[in-house]
Amino acid sequence: MMTVMFARGRAGNPAGQGLAQATPGESARLAFRRASLTFPDGTEAVRDVDLEVHRGEFVSLIGPSGCGKSTLLRIASGLLEPTSGEVRCDRSDIGYVFQDPTLLPWRTVEQNVQLFAELHAMPKRERAARTAEVLDLVGLSGAESKYPKALSGGMRSRVSMARSLLLHPSLFLFDEPFAAIDEINRERLNDSLIELFGIEKFAGVFVTHSIAEACFLASRVVVMTRRPARVSAVVDVPFPYPRTAGLRFDKEFVEITRHVSSLLLESHLADSREASSS
Amino acid sequence: MTAPSRQGDPAAPLAPAAEEIGPVPGAAGQRRSRLSLILVNAIPPAVVFIVAVGIWQLVSYVFLDPSRRFLLPPLQTVIDQSFFTSANATTLLQGFWTTAYLALIGLAISMVLGVLIAIVMHQSRYIERSLYPYLILFQTVPILALVPLIGFWLGFSSMSRIVVCVLISLFPIIANTSFGLQSATAPQHDLFRLHRAGRPRMLRSLWLPAALPAMFAGFRISAGLSVVGEIVGGFFFQKGPTDLGILINTYVDELNTPVLFGSVIMSAILGVLVFWLFTGLGRLVYGRWKE
Repeated sequence: MMTVMFARGRAGNPAGQGLAQATPGESARLAFRRASLTFPDGTEAVRDVDLEVHRGEFVSLIGPSGCGKSTLLRIASGLLEPTSGEVRCDRSDIGYVFQDPTLLPWRTVEQNVQLFAELHAMPKRERAARTAEVLDLVGLSGAESKYPKALSGGMRSRVSMARSLLLHPSLFLFDEPFAAIDEINRERLNDSLIELFGIEKFAGVFVTHSIAEACFLASRVVVMTRRPARVSAVVDVPFPYPRTAGLRFDKEFVEITRHVSSLLLESHLADSREASSS
Repeated sequence: MTAPSRQGDPAAPLAPAAEEIGPVPGAAGQRRSRLSLILVNAIPPAVVFIVAVGIWQLVSYVFLDPSRRFLLPPLQTVIDQSFFTSANATTLLQGFWTTAYLALIGLAISMVLGVLIAIVMHQSRYIERSLYPYLILFQTVPILALVPLIGFWLGFSSMSRIVVCVLISLFPIIANTSFGLQSATAPQHDLFRLHRAGRPRMLRSLWLPAALPAMFAGFRISAGLSVVGEIVGGFFFQKGPTDLGILINTYVDELNTPVLFGSVIMSAILGVLVFWLFTGLGRLVYGRWKE
């Protein structure tokens, strides 16, 4: 059931007619076209974002915290609608990993992972088989009957990932899922994620404010400006998947992270100038 | 936004991560600390108990003239006449069971009604807005003033006593359940909204489970209140099966203060027992997962 939905901005799209030539990829798994969002209280969160993500592609969104990256994911998932511009996205199979693992404390690991299967009435036998499969993928086999309160932060993140994996999402949205986890465990979780990406072949969008994490995971790093979030630069990370932990020490890779870092600083400085001049 | 509950343990990469759970302290160390915990918790109330009994005996023997000693009979007289005099003990125990039985029926009705009302109020903001002021108003009416009316309307039977129990124990259950139904977090709601779950599903899989701890807090408070309601009912109506309320009234008329104290002690014991019952039931229901 691949229904393609067009979520048109409530305020309509003034540049709607001009879109025809600006649509190179109908095949994009997720496409923003001049998408903007202003909250009812007047806060402008996202301005004129153009972005396409294809299946098999992993895009990292990086920018200062609180810049509106998470809002962009909420728009992609349909939890929010853009106030102008368009978002093209098939919402029938999205995996969404929140900043907080957001487990239901009254459910065991296994029951938490099966939540979406229940919401979509997946047949029991298929549910059991797929649960075992995803728990194995994230390295949680054996923890099925534990309650969230007995799990560490890293394990909770894994449960959250397994839960989103259950329905074979073709688009995976990650909202700083490892932000509260220490460096060593975060790297391990990133290694796991890269491995998952190789196996499940989804389109990935990963919001983070860690430069190393963004570059390690992504085939494309999108640098965002401060609020309102705009695309300030796009950097390709041309290393093949599956990537291994050793990549972090590769000379060329380090060079790219340095480049992204300077772009981020530039965009930050430009913002500050703009803010002080206005 | 960072969750304070998170702590990074060494997370195995793709290997089984089952051993990641925090260190288990040595059994011996735990036993010793548990013993000291019990002592720390038990000694202060025990001291208070001894002091209170001391004051009681002091007042009874030293301050009260023997002719007026019935106002506060010595503790051993209370215990001897209430629990070691076979006729009185049998009567008290019978009253205890009647009170327990009727109070629990009233409480059960309150639990069902209270949870249902809270759910209905949670379904619509308008229903909540229209009902809530009256619930508060109803709560402020002294139930004691209503008890005679209930007697006039429904007769002086056990049924009226159960109604008193319900009236007095309903509000805490509604209030706590309402609070609990709102305790699911915004990201938890997003999980369900993302998959376009309907309200019945959210009620079953999100709001009600999240409400359980608060709901049981309400049950615990109401359990004690229901016992009070039953005794008040019996005390006023003086008809129907003999409960602690009827007994208290009778002993007051007879100026039989030792057994009067005995029935007060029985009432207190019942109150504590129902409180423990619902604390235990709560642990059974959510103890495994509550953080």
